[in-house]
Amino acid sequence: MSIRLDKPFQTLNDDNVAKLSGNLGVFQLADDKDKIVYIGYAGGKSLFGLRGEVDACKHMQGASQFRVEVNMSYLTRYQELLMVYISDYDRVPLHNDEQQTRQLGKLSPG
Amino acid sequence: MNLQLTQEQEMIVGMVRRFVKEEIQPREINLDPDADALPEADKASLVAKVKEMGLYGLDIPSEYGGPDLDMVTRTLIAIEMSQHRAGLYTPCYGVFGGAGLAQLYEATDEQKDKYLYPTLRGEKSGFFGLTEHSGGSDPARAIQTKAVKDGDDWIINGGKIFISGADKADYGLVFARTSPDRGRGGVTCFIVDTDTPGFHVRRIVHTLRSARYATELQFEDMRIPNNKVLGEVNKGFAIANDRLSRQRIPYSAGCIGVAIAAHELALEYSKIRETFGAPLSSRQSIQWMLVDNEIDIQHARWVTLEAADRAQRGEPFRKQAAMCKLVASEAASRVVDRSMQIHGGYGVTKDFPFERWYREMRIRRIGEGPSEVQRHIIARDILGESLR
Repeated sequence: MSIRLDKPFQTLNDDNVAKLSGNLGVFQLADDKDKIVYIGYAGGKSLFGLRGEVDACKHMQGASQFRVEVNMSYLTRYQELLMVYISDYDRVPLHNDEQQTRQLGKLSPG
Repeated sequence: MNLQLTQEQEMIVGMVRRFVKEEIQPREINLDPDADALPEADKASLVAKVKEMGLYGLDIPSEYGGPDLDMVTRTLIAIEMSQHRAGLYTPCYGVFGGAGLAQLYEATDEQKDKYLYPTLRGEKSGFFGLTEHSGGSDPARAIQTKAVKDGDDWIINGGKIFISGADKADYGLVFARTSPDRGRGGVTCFIVDTDTPGFHVRRIVHTLRSARYATELQFEDMRIPNNKVLGEVNKGFAIANDRLSRQRIPYSAGCIGVAIAAHELALEYSKIRETFGAPLSSRQSIQWMLVDNEIDIQHARWVTLEAADRAQRGEPFRKQAAMCKLVASEAASRVVDRSMQIHGGYGVTKDFPFERWYREMRIRRIGEGPSEVQRHIIARDILGESLR
């Protein structure tokens, strides 16, 4: 498993979201230029897994694409993706809560 | 060893049991099933309650402000604290406070000022950096990270793996080889600030624990002043070894607590779940599972309390610590497995805590020395010199 989520983005629309599985895992939303604007996860409390969580973000400002990764270790993978993003850009993605950085560790992936 | 709890122990155990049932378990209902942290406001209010109970910083020696409880009582408390979904690795979500790295109590005054006291005040955190790619169970041979003297400093190169909390820590204890040909007599413990140039957390190591991860570290020409040596040069193995034995007792207690929680759920469920017109509890196959749970728990509990009692009295306890770690981790794994089986399909869902306990308990047979290493320690102890 790559430390970065590097599979291609899909267009964020009803058809593509409906095809998503209900599995647990992590996802990223991006704008038209592939810039990540949100990192999220579908955890054990989510009713419809990744499909439900991505669907709930469909109208997030600036988000036009998405990609997902089915992963039972959704919490640690979620933290890892945030830490990698912070290592690259020194801040969390646009729609993630800046408060989260206080609970995150520091990663230097090299 | 007196098998009867004292009045004070019964009172403390009852108080912690109520705390877990009334304050911790209800809060878990709203958390992700794999969560390992409470919302900050909840945590702060619970820490205040624990302080009122006089049980904050349980494992801190009394001369440093701890509540002055003996090892047996602390073990009884640890058994109670882990009886909830996140209890195995985050007993009571940390609201009872930590004691920092035990090795720092042996540090110099200057080192205590910089690392121990801020840790006890909750201002700093540290990690324990022992295991490497070459192994963790036999540190005397496995440690390949090298520290070479350069004037008044040491230059450290190498790496560590399966290290918890290093990405969030302010400092860590790093064990490195300072004399290449001296085996266990050639290892030194260094206190390393995580902002030292050359210190890198290279990646997260994902495991069966979904909420907590380990990390992999790399050290590149890390320059550490000589006053950051903990203890003496080439005496680091004793520091590591003492910690490994001592840590096995609370580690076992956590397993027992989860086993008790799983068993209680299984007992309750077996009485209400009916199959073919009768409750599960009326079936001999289920009764025997429950009986075996009961025996496993009692066995693990007594060997763990015996190890705690010996440690408290200052007697050698390495064999007993190995035995309780072996027995408790294996017995609790069986208890969780049987309790999950009794719950059938529900047992494997995230609606119940069994699947989390099942995953996390599997790690317990490897972490802090796998079962085979515990058997090796016991064999060495009972066979003595004839083994060599």
